[in-house]
Amino acid sequence: MAVPLIEARNILKRFGDLVANEVESFDVRTGEVHALLGENGAGKTTLSKILYGFYRPDAGEIRVAGTNVSFASPADARAAGIGMVFQEFSLVPALSVLDNVALFMPDLPRVPDRRALRVRIATAAKALGLELPLDAPVAALPVAAQQKVEILKQVLAGMRVILLDEPTKVLAPQECSGLFATVASLRAAGYGIVLITHKLHEALAAADRISVMRKGRMTATLAARAATREALLAVMFEGSPPQSAAAPAAQAIGAPLLQLDRVSTSGGAHATPLQGIDLGLREGEILGVAGIAGSGQRELGALVAGHERPRRGRKLFRGGDASRWTAGRMRRAGVGFVPENPLEAACVGELSVAENFALGERRYASGLGFNWTRVHDDAEAAFARLGVARPSLNAPVRTLSGGNVQRVVMARELGRAPRLVVAIYPTRGLDARSAQAVRDALRARASEGAAVLLMSEELEELFELADRVVVLRSGMLAGEFSRGSYSIEAVGAAMVQSDARTALA
Amino acid sequence: MRAPRWLDLPPAGAAVLALALFGAILAAAGKHPLQAYYDTATYVLASRQGFTELFVRMGPLVMTALAVAIPARVGLFNVGGEGQLYMGALFATGAALYAPLNGPLLLAATILAGFAGGALWALVPALMRIAGVANEAITTLLLNYVAPLAVAYQIFGPWRSPESSSYPQSHRIAEAARLPSLPTTRVHAGLAIAAACLALCVYVFNRTRWGLEMRAIGANRLAAAHLGLPVRTYLVVAMALGGGAAGLAGMAEVSAIQGRLVSEVSPGYGYMGFLVAWLAAGNVSRIVSMALLFAVISAVGDVLQITQRVPYAVVNILMAAILFSVLCVGPGARRR
Repeated sequence: MAVPLIEARNILKRFGDLVANEVESFDVRTGEVHALLGENGAGKTTLSKILYGFYRPDAGEIRVAGTNVSFASPADARAAGIGMVFQEFSLVPALSVLDNVALFMPDLPRVPDRRALRVRIATAAKALGLELPLDAPVAALPVAAQQKVEILKQVLAGMRVILLDEPTKVLAPQECSGLFATVASLRAAGYGIVLITHKLHEALAAADRISVMRKGRMTATLAARAATREALLAVMFEGSPPQSAAAPAAQAIGAPLLQLDRVSTSGGAHATPLQGIDLGLREGEILGVAGIAGSGQRELGALVAGHERPRRGRKLFRGGDASRWTAGRMRRAGVGFVPENPLEAACVGELSVAENFALGERRYASGLGFNWTRVHDDAEAAFARLGVARPSLNAPVRTLSGGNVQRVVMARELGRAPRLVVAIYPTRGLDARSAQAVRDALRARASEGAAVLLMSEELEELFELADRVVVLRSGMLAGEFSRGSYSIEAVGAAMVQSDARTALA
Repeated sequence: MRAPRWLDLPPAGAAVLALALFGAILAAAGKHPLQAYYDTATYVLASRQGFTELFVRMGPLVMTALAVAIPARVGLFNVGGEGQLYMGALFATGAALYAPLNGPLLLAATILAGFAGGALWALVPALMRIAGVANEAITTLLLNYVAPLAVAYQIFGPWRSPESSSYPQSHRIAEAARLPSLPTTRVHAGLAIAAACLALCVYVFNRTRWGLEMRAIGANRLAAAHLGLPVRTYLVVAMALGGGAAGLAGMAEVSAIQGRLVSEVSPGYGYMGFLVAWLAAGNVSRIVSMALLFAVISAVGDVLQITQRVPYAVVNILMAAILFSVLCVGPGARRR
């Protein structure tokens, strides 16, 4: 058997007391796609960052083409032919595709012969079937094409192994096939590809071998041909894949609760302005919002929760004009907010869990201070209702894991018995079990009569939970689907196509 | 069992390093560092005047440190303690000279006016900050240069006393507007005001809803706003209270020490207070020990001015030496 392009042996990596990686063996061979599969937090990214020289392992060895190496930095890894494409691209938006690729080439002469460069880059692109407008500024390209530029960069910089970190996360469903075609041609050209993903079907469709990680350890490495969905699920979840507590019950949809009336926002430095949004939400209804990243989901959530105000149009809450209400007033009127980044947007890391429960809640006031007994009782009840383990109420939130921070926010927001829950990517970063607990809690809240506005990047999650799904594209509504008419293809088409007339008529 | 936090001093290593650095500089200037330290120790520890002078200086240092620490709690930088102190002195003098009141009411009006002067001077940067016009760290600093000009205008102009033709100063304020002092010393009731303000801050910060909400705003303004806290109100009020604290320090200088408005109200208390608060590192009760340290430093300046014939400004070198040493060997050195 040929020597692997890169090989990791007996890797151990700790962060403090936490064993982030304990991996006996992982390798990538010539002309192979090796999927690294696991839940969020399973250690996939840590392992790939070790391979890319970003972290040094505490023990173990890395071999490139059979030779022991020790990477002090990603530059060393790149010099050894190991490249990585991150979820956040490292492209210069104002420069052309050609310039972006050329800038990354280690052998770029001081005074490049542009014509020769162009021929070289165009030939490489053609060989891989990448159709890219070489002179267009990168900023003008769609995300899928930018990703191809990143891959082309790696190829022309002489990488032999390319690590792709959750490459489909930024793509619409139908753009994924283009990515996998590129991956297939890289494989045919003899590159070693590491495909980092938490999606089973991607691993099964694109990989030659699949390695499954759980809690920092490699639990299995299987040939993709011999693997089945069920077998992988069993390895990923220790034999008991998470299941939804109940099939979506026919919820009683009640009176109108929230109405957006031709609402536009002004956006901001990094925000996508909303344009002419007409949207209604009733009690007991779960409204899903789909869209590729940055289509205005966050801005819609901020608008409904009162963090932003409409520039034009009106927001009605329970029949009254709430366009100018502050975040505090919306909260007191019964709006709960669960953001994707709870440590930045929903709680104060320096304060304890109990203090975060008490902040801004007038009902806990006692004299000039707080009734801490009541705060603790309520917090315990809220965690019990959510059905998740309760972290120490006196621990600073900053010391909790990402999943636990999300649980704290979820418990607090649902514990207030809100009439409306704004949940922005609430399961991002959670392991499958916690994600299911969050979904069940949202559904339970809806069956008690609350409305839920749910943003998610997983269409399956939206289809499972939502009574209705609307699609946002560039800050505008680009489609609406009701339960029964859900399909990945149709919703996906509305997410990207400019001429989607799907269900707007 | 740990000593209470208000007793914390910078670590001994930092103190030794600072004294060595400063001594080297004195020696390089042809002075006698050991003699200088000996003179300082005798003055501060063995003379009644030197010892009580420490308490005279701790008052304004505690107040100007609070002027920094209160806004810092909500994440604002108040570098304008000096200017706010001058405005407090100006307003207090105005009230003491012209308020149509007598007895304790006049003193109360003087105190309130001092607070108001500092608070208004801090309010301008606070409002500019929440309007998104300018950063408060810049505006408070720049206003430090404006406030002494307002004082100068009054003492050269409308309020000028005819007593001295060469030395500009205001009319003497009424006895009723004077803060009481301990007999035969310069130690005055400003120290009691400072102690009360400090205790109030410790209580509010640690025991009340306001304290928790201030911490939340200081640590994560976005989340605090999302949780419905009135963030802008807090920013404005905290800044005004901080300015008011510095204003009270200026009031006490006029009302207790000078008895009139003069051009040099403060030997840089506002700047020293910033360092006191910074070295106390967000721990309000530690302001006590740090204010004592800076009172000693400023006494060093007085002594050396006389015994070694160096300008008072050498205290700036000593302060720099201490800051440098704390940064090098202090508790936070490795984290920074």
